[in-house]
Amino acid sequence: MKNLISMRDLSRGDILYLLDLAKKIETKEMKPDMNRKLAALIFYEPSTRTHFSFATAMKKLNGQTITMRGTKSTSVQKGESFADTLQTIAQYADLIVIRTGVEGSARYAAETVDIPVINAGDGANQHPTQALLDLYSILKTQNTLENLTIGIVGDLKFGRTVHSLVQALSDFNPKFYFAAPSHLKMPPYILDDLRKKDIYFEEIKDVEPYMQELDLMYVTRIQKERFADPEDYEKVKGSYIINKSMLKQVKSNFKILHPLPRIDEIATEVDDTPYAYYFQQARNGVFMRQAIITTLLGGKE
Amino acid sequence: MKQIKVNAIRNGTVIDHINAGKVLKVVEILDLHVPDVVMIGMNLPSNKLGKKDILKIENMELSPEEVNSIALVAPKATLIIIQDFNVIKKVSLEMPKFIENLIECPNPKCITSLENIKSKFLLTDDIPAMVRCHYCEKKYLIEQVKIRIK
Repeated sequence: MKNLISMRDLSRGDILYLLDLAKKIETKEMKPDMNRKLAALIFYEPSTRTHFSFATAMKKLNGQTITMRGTKSTSVQKGESFADTLQTIAQYADLIVIRTGVEGSARYAAETVDIPVINAGDGANQHPTQALLDLYSILKTQNTLENLTIGIVGDLKFGRTVHSLVQALSDFNPKFYFAAPSHLKMPPYILDDLRKKDIYFEEIKDVEPYMQELDLMYVTRIQKERFADPEDYEKVKGSYIINKSMLKQVKSNFKILHPLPRIDEIATEVDDTPYAYYFQQARNGVFMRQAIITTLLGGKE
Repeated sequence: MKQIKVNAIRNGTVIDHINAGKVLKVVEILDLHVPDVVMIGMNLPSNKLGKKDILKIENMELSPEEVNSIALVAPKATLIIIQDFNVIKKVSLEMPKFIENLIECPNPKCITSLENIKSKFLLTDDIPAMVRCHYCEKKYLIEQVKIRIK
């Protein structure tokens, strides 16, 4: 593995390798050391959380980071090409972590520079480190990735994290329930992929009747900006809020995941229940990112 | 059926079995600006296709590599090389698996739409044929994409 650009590039073996390494790092069975290594964190789009998680992961590995945020005060505003910016940064750093709003930019970055590149989100396309930390969280809570029943709720159209996650899980025989407002449904090409792989899924209006059946529920934020009419937003938003009363009959292994930030799609009263897992999920992100950085910089299998 | 006469060429390339109606697209892809005779036949009867288009270009020999991209719009096309009125080579075109710098990605948020980068597409195993952008990973029907003239 030279770069991490898209979940599409990863084999089942690659995924299992990274999950195992993340676990070994978390349990301190392995203590990889990235002393004297420098990661350039290039964030053309704001993302406090992902940036923070990468910076933490690098520091916990004894490595260092430099950050470029936005495009102000850089040559990008002077008209420098994206390729030139990347080439220059590659002269300083050992690793590039990049987030942009432009789809395919991380793939292009990886083709442009000689050092490893990690995609930290390229527009609506891919966010593979999030998908991997989600898988790690699922594995930790369920002790398996196989044969799980998973409800996915919220914005399924624009939510790149759910697309990557559904793609990644489809190698592990899942059963999916998708609940989304009518104009934010899972894109047809994702459903086509699932049909081809013979994976059971159902598009449902309301998750409540299915709660007892679920091993996991993955909730995403419905952004107000996705609605042309604010009134439509007010109408649907209540249907996708998870509250405590919905959790009465859930299975004992049931957990709720959310990529965060949360607005109000999970009521705060849920946070104290044993089913809330979203903050641990964020913590798992650091272990997974340590595993990814180690794999790309260490080059050892 | 009455024989339809189309002049034979002495030397050059014939692209036969182009799906009816697609020959002008083929001309566009090949970006034909040549001084010699070019013959375009449309809606000719064909046993294989019912109706077909045909293109004859005099004094120009195209290689299968150069014309394989034609298969994107005319998947059943045949390439025939003529020398001194004789067929010296006849091959079926194959849809290329990897298509470089020929398709414009329709996604306005794709890096290839914003930076000056060669586009790359991969043929998927879908039927009807689809291509996936190597960069933004969006998938399109071949009918949906614009084949860029070099």
